[in-house]
Amino acid sequence: MAIQLEINGKQTALDAPGEMPLLWALRDLANLTGTKYGCGMALCGACTVHVDGAPVRACVTPVSSVEGKPVTTIEGVGNDAAGRAVQAAWQELDVVQCGYCQSGQIMSAAALLRTNPRPTDDDIDEAMSGNACRCATYVRIRAAIHRAAQALA
Amino acid sequence: MIFNLDNEARREQASVVNVSRRRFVQGAGVLVLGWQLPGALAAAQAGKADTFTPNAFLSIDAQGRVTVYAKHVEMGQGAYTGLATLVADELDADWAQVRVEGAPADTARYKNLAMGIQGTGGSTAMANSFKQMREAGAAARAMLVGAAARAWKVDPATIAVRAGVVRHAASGRQAGFGELAEAAATQPVPAKIRLKSPKEFALIGKPSLRRADSADKVHGRARFTQDVKLPGMLIAIAAHAPRFGATVAGYDASAALAVPGVVAAIPFEGSAHRSAGVAVLARNTWAARTGRDALKVQWDESRAYTEGSDELLARYRQAAARPGLPAAARGNVEAAFAKAARVIEADYEFPFLAHASMEPLNCVVQLGDGRCEIWNGEQFQTMDQKAVADYLGIASERVTINQLYAGGSFGRRASPHADYVVEAVAIAQGARKAGFGVPVKMVWTREDDMRGGYYRPAYLHRARLALDDRGRLQAWQVRVVGQSLIKGSVFEEFMIKNGIDATSVEGLSDLPYGIPNLSVELHTPDDVRVPVQWYRSVGHTHTAFTAETLVDEAAQAARRDPVALRRELLKGHPRHLAALDTAVRAAQWDRPLAAGKNGVRRGRGVAVHESFNSVVAQVVEVSVDAEGELKVDRVVCAVACGLAINPDVVKAQMEGGIGFALSTALHGAITLDKGAVVQSNFHDYPLLRINEMPRVEVHIVPSQDDPTGVGEPGVPPLAPALANAIFAATGERVRTLPIRTPLRKAV
Repeated sequence: MAIQLEINGKQTALDAPGEMPLLWALRDLANLTGTKYGCGMALCGACTVHVDGAPVRACVTPVSSVEGKPVTTIEGVGNDAAGRAVQAAWQELDVVQCGYCQSGQIMSAAALLRTNPRPTDDDIDEAMSGNACRCATYVRIRAAIHRAAQALA
Repeated sequence: MIFNLDNEARREQASVVNVSRRRFVQGAGVLVLGWQLPGALAAAQAGKADTFTPNAFLSIDAQGRVTVYAKHVEMGQGAYTGLATLVADELDADWAQVRVEGAPADTARYKNLAMGIQGTGGSTAMANSFKQMREAGAAARAMLVGAAARAWKVDPATIAVRAGVVRHAASGRQAGFGELAEAAATQPVPAKIRLKSPKEFALIGKPSLRRADSADKVHGRARFTQDVKLPGMLIAIAAHAPRFGATVAGYDASAALAVPGVVAAIPFEGSAHRSAGVAVLARNTWAARTGRDALKVQWDESRAYTEGSDELLARYRQAAARPGLPAAARGNVEAAFAKAARVIEADYEFPFLAHASMEPLNCVVQLGDGRCEIWNGEQFQTMDQKAVADYLGIASERVTINQLYAGGSFGRRASPHADYVVEAVAIAQGARKAGFGVPVKMVWTREDDMRGGYYRPAYLHRARLALDDRGRLQAWQVRVVGQSLIKGSVFEEFMIKNGIDATSVEGLSDLPYGIPNLSVELHTPDDVRVPVQWYRSVGHTHTAFTAETLVDEAAQAARRDPVALRRELLKGHPRHLAALDTAVRAAQWDRPLAAGKNGVRRGRGVAVHESFNSVVAQVVEVSVDAEGELKVDRVVCAVACGLAINPDVVKAQMEGGIGFALSTALHGAITLDKGAVVQSNFHDYPLLRINEMPRVEVHIVPSQDDPTGVGEPGVPPLAPALANAIFAATGERVRTLPIRTPLRKAV
C-alpha cells in the first residue's frame, strides 16, 4: 500500500505499512540513509528529522502519521539557511568524530536555531540533551551552534 | 616498480563499492604506487615485479585527485585524516585534492607494523604509520618530479613541488599532478627516499588542517555498514540467547513468517565465543524486527552461565584475601607493612561495561562458491578474515573484506573471536542453504548490542599503602581480581607471561612512582563465562583509577599537596612531569579555586597517567550542591604524545576521551541477574549528555619525537581526577564506579 510523503520537497510514494517507523521508510525504502538507527526508542536522537519544521524521532514515528506533511532529512536540511549554517559550522570546527550521531545532532541544532536564533548555553543543553554522542563531541557541538547563530545573525 | 597490483583480486574487491579503484586498475593516466613494506623499498626495481609483494597506499588520477588508501579504520579517532596528512605532506599535495578510502583486508600489504596483523588498536595507527605513509608520499613525489624532469628536459633537483603544483622556476614551466600521473607511472620507484625534516612540514602539525571525513559526515553521505544496500539483499535480525551459553531447544516461526516482508527464519548454533540464535530474514529492517519479535524460541539454559554480578563480586572479594600471581614486585612489601606507622586499605570495585557505540553491531555478507565477501567497519581484518575462512572451510584469501566507516567501536569491533562477523556469516550460510543465496545484512538492535557481551570485565582491586612516621610512602600493594581479555584467544601465547595477562595490570605493574616496596598481584578467574573484550584504554580503565586515587590518599595522609607529592615521586619521568606541570599551570593550581555560592562545595583533583606511550594529566574542577548533586565544571588536560600530526584531532581526542571517561565514571554499569544482562538500552545504560559535559581545555606538550597514542590516553586520568576532586569538595572517597550520586549532603 503506497503512502505519499513529501521528503525534502519531493513527493515520494513509498510502499510501506502505516505502522512502519518513518526511520525505516526513509532508510530502506527511500534510500535516504543519512538518518541513523541508534536505539529504536527515541532515547538517543540519531534518527532526528524535521516534520513540519519541528524535530521528531523518526524511529518511533509511524510513517502514516506524517503523510502529507513535509519531512526534512539530513540530505535536505542544507536547503534552508539555518541548516546550511549549522552544516558549515560543523565543518569549520570539525565537530564530527565517528559521525554516526551527527545527522541527528545537526537536525536538532538546525531546528533550535530556527526557533531561537541566539540560544544560550542552557537553551542548547535543553534542545540538544536528547541527542547522545558516544564520542562526546559536545564541546564542539556547543561551539558550532554558537558559531552558526553568529553566521545567521 | 609500478604495479597493477593483483588485477583480478583487485577487481573483485572493487566490484561493488569502489568505483575509483576500478578506474585506476584499468589504467588510463593513473599512477598507482606500490611496494613491499619499508625494508624492501631499496630492492624495488623496474621489471622485477616478482621480487616483492606490492602494497598500495595512494593513487593519483588524471584529474590530479589523490586517493589515500587507509589501512586503519576510521571510527572517529581521526585515522583517515592522520594517514592522509602524512602521505600528502611528503607528496606536497594540495589538501583539497586529497581524499581517503578504506583499504580492503590484505594483511601482507596493510598490516599494522606494531601488531603484525591488519588491525587498529592500542592507539597505534599514527605511530606505526608515521614513516611508512610518509615514504609512500615521498616516493610518489619523486616520481612526479622525475616525470616532469624528463618531459621538460631539466635536472630533477631544479624542480619544486608545492600544494599540488610541480614547477621548474627557471623555465617557468609547471604542471598539476594529474597531467604528470601517466608519465610518473613509468618512473622507477626511488631506491632511496629522503623524508622531510620537521621544519619542512607543510601539513603535519598544522592546527588549521580540517578532517578528511567532515564533509561526508555532515551531509549524511558517509557510508557505514548500516547503510549498505546490495541488489537482492535481505536484512537479518536475530533472537539471541538470553544467557551466555544457552542453546536453541526449538522454535516456532509461524507468527514471524506471517509478517509481510519476512522470508525465512534461520537458526544458528553458538560456540564458546558466540551466542546461538534464530535469525529472521526480511526485505526491510522493520519487517525483520517485527518478525524477530514474533518468534517463539525455546532456550535450553541447562548449561548457561547463571551467576549474578553481586555474587561474582563477593567471590572476587574472597579471592582478594589470598595472594595472587606476582605481576610486579620490588623491595620487601611485607617488611614495610610490618613497620608502617600508618596503613591505608581500600577496596575498589569496577563493573562490566558495554562499549555501546552509536552504530549497533552489524555486518553485510555475500557468499559465493568457495568465497565470501564482507562489508564492515573493520577494526581487526586479519582476525575476522581468518575466523570467517575457518568457519567456512575456505582459504583466508577467499574472504574479501570491504572497509566502511565505523559508527564508533571503542574496541568492540576488534574482537579476537570475530563473534559478530562469524554470526553474520553463519546466518548468510544458513540462508544460502535454505535457498536464499543473496547478500545478507545482519543488524543487531540496540538491545542485542547491549546484551551481547564482550564487555570490559568487572574488577575488584584490594589495595594497601604503608606510610612511615613522616608520612612517606614506603609500600604499595594492589591485588587485581578479574577476567583476562586475552585468555582463550589467539593472543594468549604472546600476551600472557607466567600467568599474567599484561592487559589486566598495565598501569599498575608499571607504576612510575618511586616507591621502595611494590607488589602488584593478579587473580584471573577462569570460570566466569561472560564474554569480555578491550574497552577504550583497556586495562588503564581501572588501574589508573586505583593508582591515581591511592596516591591522592597518600598525599592527604601526609598532608602534602597532591601535585607536590606526585612531582617528588616522578623524578626520572620527564614526560609525566611535563604533562603534569603543563596541566596544573594552565589550571592555576597554585591559586585557590573560586568558592561556591549558596552552599555549593567546590573541589579540584588531579591525575597523571601514561598509556599507549603517551602521558596525559588532567585537573578536574567540580561543584557539589547542598543536596549532593555533582556538576563537573571544567577539565584542564595536557598531553605528551610526541609530535602532534594533527593538533586539532589530538585536541578532539582529548575532549572526546574526557567525555567518554566521564560517561563511564558517572553512568557505566552492566549488571547480571542470574547471568542475564539487566540493561538493554539507553534508559538503563545512560550515556553522557551535553548538559553534563564540562568545559574542556587541552594543551599539547610540544615535541618533535615520533608520535605516540592519542585515541585512548585521554580516558584513564579523568575518573581518578574526578574522584580526587569530589574528595576535595566533600571529604567523600569514591572507590566504586560508577560514582553513586547524589553524593552526601552538606553537613
